[in-house]
Amino acid sequence: MVNPDIQGKRYPRTPSYLVGREKVREFAKAVMAAKESQDLSFAQAAGHADLVVPPTFPVVIQEQSLTLVLSDPQAKIDFSRVVHGDQRFVYQRPIIAGDELTSELTVASVKSLGGNHMVTFETEIFDAADQLVCTAISTLVVRGE
Amino acid sequence: MPKFDELTVGDVVAQQDYRVTRDSLVRYAGASGDFNTIHYRDDIAQAVGLPGVLAHGMLTMGISIQPVVSWIGDAGKVVDYGVRFTKPVVVPPHGHAALSVTATIGALDEEAKRARVDLTTTFEENTVLGKAQAWVQF
Repeated sequence: MVNPDIQGKRYPRTPSYLVGREKVREFAKAVMAAKESQDLSFAQAAGHADLVVPPTFPVVIQEQSLTLVLSDPQAKIDFSRVVHGDQRFVYQRPIIAGDELTSELTVASVKSLGGNHMVTFETEIFDAADQLVCTAISTLVVRGE
Repeated sequence: MPKFDELTVGDVVAQQDYRVTRDSLVRYAGASGDFNTIHYRDDIAQAVGLPGVLAHGMLTMGISIQPVVSWIGDAGKVVDYGVRFTKPVVVPPHGHAALSVTATIGALDEEAKRARVDLTTTFEENTVLGKAQAWVQF
């Protein structure tokens, strides 16, 4: 179901992702953010150079790293049995439109619980200067047969 | 922006209701890139034994923080946000699923000038997120 040997495995850096202003607006609209979150002058008044992403936006970057795991034959994760267990984002600084981000995922733990497997991933997201900006922590539950 | 010194644990700082429709799910699928078919196809949701088409957990998480963002007026002040997905939100083909979010001050870190905001998101009188907590930097 899930190969426990992937615990500790680090996956390669994903290609650079440029955070576009209109993408931020599209995402903000989709999570029902208030209009101010899509307003450039509002972001600038708060001291930001451009629009700040909604707090859950890094899931888009995390997804790029997760794709590497789900397509890894060694991991043996059956995506059709996957349920999202929990999710957390820890920021070092806000992500704003114009940022160029890459990510690197580590399998923090693989646990078995009542026939299910729980896999926790830590995805570190870096900016163009290679500074850590956010860590996305995600647990997927892979349901038993 | 509200003042840190004026906050008290237990204060309800924001409350907001949201209507999630099938349109919302399609919009979120496009914006996030999560095109898992259980979030828009009844036949597939049924085939895998689900009670119906479900909202993306990440959509519920993304919506639930918005009252906090509106309260502080800057998404960049949310420095830590985590949830557990405990119950699914079933979205009917017609009409909507009604979500209600309440944000309460759960803890105050005087030294770091950070407030923990605890979120309660309910759907059909059930809480759908567990341990939904955001740290706001003042």
